[in-house]
Amino acid sequence: MSESAATRSRMEISEEVMIDIVGMHKWYGEFHVLKDINLTVHKGERIVICGPSGSGKSTMIRCINRLEEHQRGKIIVDGTELTSDVKGIETIRREVGMVFQHFNLFPHLTVLENCALAPIWVRKMSRKEAEDIAMKYLERVRIPEQAKKYPGQLSGGQQQRVAIARSLCMSPKIMLFDEPTSALDPEMIKEVLDVMVQLAEEGMTMLCVTHEMGFAKTVANRVIFMDEGEIIEQNEPDKFFNNPQSDRTKLFLSQILTH
Amino acid sequence: MAEQISGQHQPHPDLSPPVTTVGVLGWLRQNLFSSPVNSLFTLAMIYLLYISIPPIIKWAFIDADWAGSTREACDSGGACWVFVKVRFSQFMYGFYPEDQTWRVNMAFLLLIVLSIPLFIKSFPKKAWLGAFILCIYPIIAFYLFYGDAFGLERIETTQWGGLMLTLILAGVGIVAALPIGIVLALGRRSNMPIVKSICIGFIEFWRGVPLITVLFMSSVMLPLFLPEGVTIDKLLRALIGIVLFQSAYMAEVVRGGLQAIPKGQYEAADALGLSYWKSMTLIILPQALKLVIPGIVNTFIALFKDTTLVLIIGLFDLLGMIQAAFADPKWLGYAIEGYVFAALVFWIFCYSMSHYSQRLERKLHTGHKRN
Ligand SMILES: Nc1ncnc2c1ncn2[C@@H]1O[C@H](COP(=O)(O)OP(=O)(O)O)[C@@H](O)[C@H]1O
Ligand SMILES: [Mg+2]
Repeated sequence: MSESAATRSRMEISEEVMIDIVGMHKWYGEFHVLKDINLTVHKGERIVICGPSGSGKSTMIRCINRLEEHQRGKIIVDGTELTSDVKGIETIRREVGMVFQHFNLFPHLTVLENCALAPIWVRKMSRKEAEDIAMKYLERVRIPEQAKKYPGQLSGGQQQRVAIARSLCMSPKIMLFDEPTSALDPEMIKEVLDVMVQLAEEGMTMLCVTHEMGFAKTVANRVIFMDEGEIIEQNEPDKFFNNPQSDRTKLFLSQILTH
Repeated sequence: MAEQISGQHQPHPDLSPPVTTVGVLGWLRQNLFSSPVNSLFTLAMIYLLYISIPPIIKWAFIDADWAGSTREACDSGGACWVFVKVRFSQFMYGFYPEDQTWRVNMAFLLLIVLSIPLFIKSFPKKAWLGAFILCIYPIIAFYLFYGDAFGLERIETTQWGGLMLTLILAGVGIVAALPIGIVLALGRRSNMPIVKSICIGFIEFWRGVPLITVLFMSSVMLPLFLPEGVTIDKLLRALIGIVLFQSAYMAEVVRGGLQAIPKGQYEAADALGLSYWKSMTLIILPQALKLVIPGIVNTFIALFKDTTLVLIIGLFDLLGMIQAAFADPKWLGYAIEGYVFAALVFWIFCYSMSHYSQRLERKLHTGHKRN
C-alpha cells in the first residue's frame, strides 16, 4: 500500500477537464446499453473501469472517440463536443489514442510503418521525422530491434507494446485501453503493464478497462465499477477495494478476487 | 541414447528410410500404385497417353509442313503451319497497313521496357513508374496506334485487329475495370443510402446481362439513340461495354475482400484519426486486394478470353482474324491449325497471368495471421 501510495503521489492531477460526459445514453437498436453516464476526467487522471462482461465498459470508452455513436447526452473531449460533424470527430481522434484487446496492428505493414503511418498521413510529418518519432516510442516500449519485422512475426506481448507505441506516436492527450492484457498469455501481461505504468508516471490521462486489480491499486487514482450499462460506484482504489459501498460491487469483487 | 555412451554397446545405425518412399521407385509406388484401384487408373491413363500423344506429335511436328508459302506446300499429311506462317502478320495486326506495323511493335515494346523495372527488387521509384504506365503510357500508345498527329498517318480503328486488338481490348478492360470495380465495391458498403443503392443497381444490372447482349446493344442499339450525325467509334463503344460489364464483376470480387478484413482494422484506422479515404487506401484496400488476387486474376483471364466475343459485332480480334483466314478459299480446310494456334496464344497469355498472380501472392505474404 505504501509503495502504491508513493507511486500515485508522484502523478499530478490538474484542474483542467479533458473529458466531460453528461447524461449520456446509448442504445443498440432496442437494447439500452448505456444509461445516464456522467463522468468527468481531469488532465493526468488514471481511471480504471471494471465490471462484469457485457456491462458496457467497452461501449462507453468507444463512445469517447466515436467508434460508437451515442444517442442522448453530451460528450466533450478536450473542449470539442462529439457530434456527427466529421471534422470534429477527426480532431478528437487525433488527440485520443486507443489500444485494443486484440492489438489490431496492420499486418501488411512493418512495425515501423505501423507507427509512422498516422504521423505522416494525419499529422502531415515528413517520413524521416515520423520514423524518428516512431523509433523513439519503440525504444520507450523496449522493442526498437523489432522495427523492421511484420506484426505476424511478434509475440502477443510485443504486438501490444507496438500498438501502444503506435498510439503514442500521435502524441495523444488521452489514452484509452480496452482490456489490453486479456488476450495475452500470463507471462506477457507484465511487460505490457510495465509500459502502461511508465506511461501513467509520465502524466498521461488514461482510461483503462481492465481486470488487473494490481494495476488498479498501484496506478489508478479512481476505480469505476459498471454493471448493466450504469456506473454503479466510483472511488479511490484503497476505498474501492477495502470498503465497497454497493452489493453488486461487493459481489463482483468477491468473484474476481477469489481467482 | 544411454547406449551411445557405454563402451561395449555399438550404437544402432540409423534405419534407412522405408524403401517405398525414396527414389523414383518409391515415388511411383507412393503416388501411382498405392492401391489396386490407383494402379488400375494409372495403367488406364498410361494407355490413354500412349494412344493419344504419339499421333499428336506426329501430326504437329514430324509430319508437319513448315516451308513454303502456298497450300501446295502442304502435302505430307501433317499440320500445315505454312498457313499460320503466311497469315502471321494478319493474325498479329489485323488489317493494319503493313508498312506501319512498326508503330504497334514500338508501343508494345515500350510497355515491356517500362514494365521490366517493376520486377527488379531494388528499383527505387516503382510507384511513379507504375503511375506513368497507367496514366501517361496509354496516351502514347493511343497516338502510336491511331496516329493523326506527330506526322503519323491516321489508321482507323476499323483496321486494327488480330492479337493487337485482343491485347487492347483486354488491357483497357483490365486497367479500367479494376478502379471502377473498387469504387463500386466501396460504394456498395457505404453508409450513404443513395450511393449504396446506385452501386447495387449498377452492379446487379451489369451482372444480369450476358456480355454478348452488351456488345450487341453497344453496336446496334446505341447508335439509334444518338442524335443524327453523332457517331461513336465502334471499338470505343465495345470497350465501354466491356469495361462496365467487367467492373461489375470486379466490384463483387473486391467486396469479398473487403468483407474478409476484420472489423478491428477499420476501428484501428479510425482511432488513429485517418479519414475514410486514407483508411481505405492505406489500410483496408491493400489487405483486401491482396486477399482477392486469385479472384481478380480469374476475372482478368475470363475477360481476356471473352474479348473474342467482339467478333459478333464485326471487330476482328485474334480469333476473328484466324477464322477469316481459313474461310479464305486459298486456305480452306486448315481450321484445325488456326484453332491450335489461337489456343496456344491464349494459353500463353492466360498461363502467364495465373503464374504472375501466384508469384505476387507469395511476395505479399507477411508472416502468419494472428488476428
Ligand atoms: N454492435 C453491437 N450491436 C448490438 N449489441 C452490442 C453491440 N456491441 C455490444 N453489444 C452489447 O452491448 C452490451 C455491452 O457490450 P460491451 O460494451 O462490449 O461490454 P463489456 O465491454 O463491458 O464486456 C453487451 O450486452 C453486448 O452484447
Ligand atoms: Mg469489452
